[in-house]
Amino acid sequence: MKLPIYLDYSATTPVDPRVAEKMIPYLCEHFGNPASRSHSFGWVADAAVEEAREQVAALVGADPKEIVWTSGATESNNLAIKGAANFYAGTKGKHIITVKTEHKAVLDTVREMERQGFEATYLDVKEDGLLDLEVFKAAIRPDTVLASVMYVNNEVGVIQPIAELGEICREKGVIFHVDAAQATGKVDIDLNKLKVDLMSFSAHKTYGPKGIGALYVRRKPRVRLEAQMHGGGHERGFRSGTLATHQIVGMGEAFRIAKEEMAEENVRVGKLRDKLLKGLQDIEETFVNGDLTQRVAHNLNISFAYVEGESMIMAIKDLAVSSGSACTSASLEPSYVLRALGRDDELAHSSIRFSIGRFTTEEEIDYAINLLHTKVGKLRELSPLWEMFKDGVDLTTVQWAAH
Amino acid sequence: MPQPVYLDHNATTPLAPAVLAGMLPWLESRFGNASSRHEYGRAARQAIDEARQRVAAAVNAHPTEVVFTSGGSETNNLFLKGAAATMKPGLLAVSAIEHPCVLKPAAQLARQGWAVRQIGVNGSGAVDLSDYAEVLADKPKLISIMTVNNETGVIQEIAALADAAKKTGAWFHSDAAQALGKLTIDFRVLNAAGVHALTLSAHKANGPKGAAALVLDKRVELQPLIAGGGHEGGLRSGTENVPAIVGFGIAAELAAQRVAELPVRMKMMQAKMETGLRALGAQIFAADARRLPNTSYFAFPDIDGETLVGKLDRAGFAVASGAACSSANPEPSHVLRAMGVAPEIARGAVRVSLGPENTEVDIDHFINALQVTVGRLQGLTALAV
Repeated sequence: MKLPIYLDYSATTPVDPRVAEKMIPYLCEHFGNPASRSHSFGWVADAAVEEAREQVAALVGADPKEIVWTSGATESNNLAIKGAANFYAGTKGKHIITVKTEHKAVLDTVREMERQGFEATYLDVKEDGLLDLEVFKAAIRPDTVLASVMYVNNEVGVIQPIAELGEICREKGVIFHVDAAQATGKVDIDLNKLKVDLMSFSAHKTYGPKGIGALYVRRKPRVRLEAQMHGGGHERGFRSGTLATHQIVGMGEAFRIAKEEMAEENVRVGKLRDKLLKGLQDIEETFVNGDLTQRVAHNLNISFAYVEGESMIMAIKDLAVSSGSACTSASLEPSYVLRALGRDDELAHSSIRFSIGRFTTEEEIDYAINLLHTKVGKLRELSPLWEMFKDGVDLTTVQWAAH
Repeated sequence: MPQPVYLDHNATTPLAPAVLAGMLPWLESRFGNASSRHEYGRAARQAIDEARQRVAAAVNAHPTEVVFTSGGSETNNLFLKGAAATMKPGLLAVSAIEHPCVLKPAAQLARQGWAVRQIGVNGSGAVDLSDYAEVLADKPKLISIMTVNNETGVIQEIAALADAAKKTGAWFHSDAAQALGKLTIDFRVLNAAGVHALTLSAHKANGPKGAAALVLDKRVELQPLIAGGGHEGGLRSGTENVPAIVGFGIAAELAAQRVAELPVRMKMMQAKMETGLRALGAQIFAADARRLPNTSYFAFPDIDGETLVGKLDRAGFAVASGAACSSANPEPSHVLRAMGVAPEIARGAVRVSLGPENTEVDIDHFINALQVTVGRLQGLTALAV
């Protein structure tokens, strides 16, 4: 067993060996620029790009013509939100709805739109991390142009009610964007049925390479966008720039594999997650963050009360896990997602996200459970708060003296 | 059938073997997200830092001046729109022969209240200095002039042009995507002369597609094009494409090494190529200009460029009839138009761009194939008349 054990599949996944194998020829002999129309190097690359477009579309029930390549989900989110809000601001209005637990790629983009004169509503979620449909409905105004809600939360793994939200948006004439970076290969996505106008995808969360993503742009009814990158007019003008063929081929193959294997894989991963959950729930004073049913099989986010977060990370170095999302873990701020779920700062700080994936083994889960039992016990032995708790002191009533 | 001979290196280049070898571990076993704090993440972060040092060293910049992006087009968009967003609209000056990924963002800024002036070029494809002086007199706030043109290979006197613009206080940017590996790029020297930003692209210099950089004087304030997470010092958010960035680092290092000796060999090949072209009756564009040693841009009277490259492809030679990005576009090249080339000649334009793996034998074979093809096409033209 290789240490540290990788349990951070929501941050990024390894490229599946089958994906790497398909990519390599497009780094070597098939290196042409897909925009080159005058020779076979270009045609071969272009054909590979179009095959991948079909593979990505097939996983999510889209038409290949609705798939626009980008450099990743962050760019897709920027293109969707800025592109649609700016295009429709004149006709629909300048109000945007999103949720407090969205990824930074959405939140920062909406903040920027606010600086440019848009108004934004950041919705609260319930304690289980899910959005209340009535709260969402009530937030829609006559001038609401766009709503952006993520499919699966990156920290707690809860699945938002996208189908229902889509119905509401369509009825009210609001453009609906969904960040599905964490959803592909984990949730069945059928854009034939979902009333979603724009959807962001990432390859590297689904065993594809980094540096490639896509934006779904609905054709019926047609959704229009203002491009954010201008140039040679690639991707029918939605996104200019030389296409990175090998990365696109990798995303296509990764999504093809996901379509074929996700049903089976989710069962296997779910069993491992449930085993981990059961093993960790044996530890006293642990709290699962986020709803356990409306949740992807891959995610477990647990708070260990009376354990200081940083000491915990140091103590479980054999596990590659995340405290808070990867993108914000350089800061010592407690996770804004967990705070939005109503967790206090102490519990948010002592939370760990375990994300399980294709290459996780039962042996690794057993190791993780044992390690956590030992380390949490040791850290609590050193904790005066734990001692007070065990003595029956209600810590919320303690008056702390300042030094 | 043998692999055709690739003579289209200004469109994209094959990966150097050392670049591929350097990238593969980062696709497979060392796959961490560079923002993660665990071992997988820290290894990825370190790899990015090393690549940043390599890219910086290749162009004599400081690593903190290198901002990684997904490609040259994004980089040019980032500089132009990013700088414009921090200012009140004013005058933006770009050369008339820029790549569409400079011209189109400029057109976009024009819709947002900026005045855009295109700086003309002379018949040799070099910036027209009197036109440039007139533009400077109108005090532009932003200037973008490419280091090397992708179609003609003409090299602009960037340091002198930037120096002349100093008195305007404008930020001066240069798209150097076609220069890496073909010319020595020294950002310290250029920066002292008044160049504030350069665009570099990996895939034009035997690196991977999907990685590029903006080399940026830190006095220039930019608004990011892509928000969310604050990667690259807040200038470019999004999970870093570690394998491509690592590959870019290696490619940049190799590029800097090879500019020392490659141009000499390349120049000999170019002379051979162009002697052959002239003997067949081709007109070579910007023939007397200071040009890259790898690029020859030419036309035969009364032969359509699209038709010629199609025939050459079937004969086993990959060349271009214009810039790859606009190859689907039947309009004659905007670069040749700006140089004052008549549209009927411009429609015949064919670009050959050599790379380090090409040999003199490739050129002999190419000229032979061209002779046969041109002979046949001229025969057809004669019959049609």
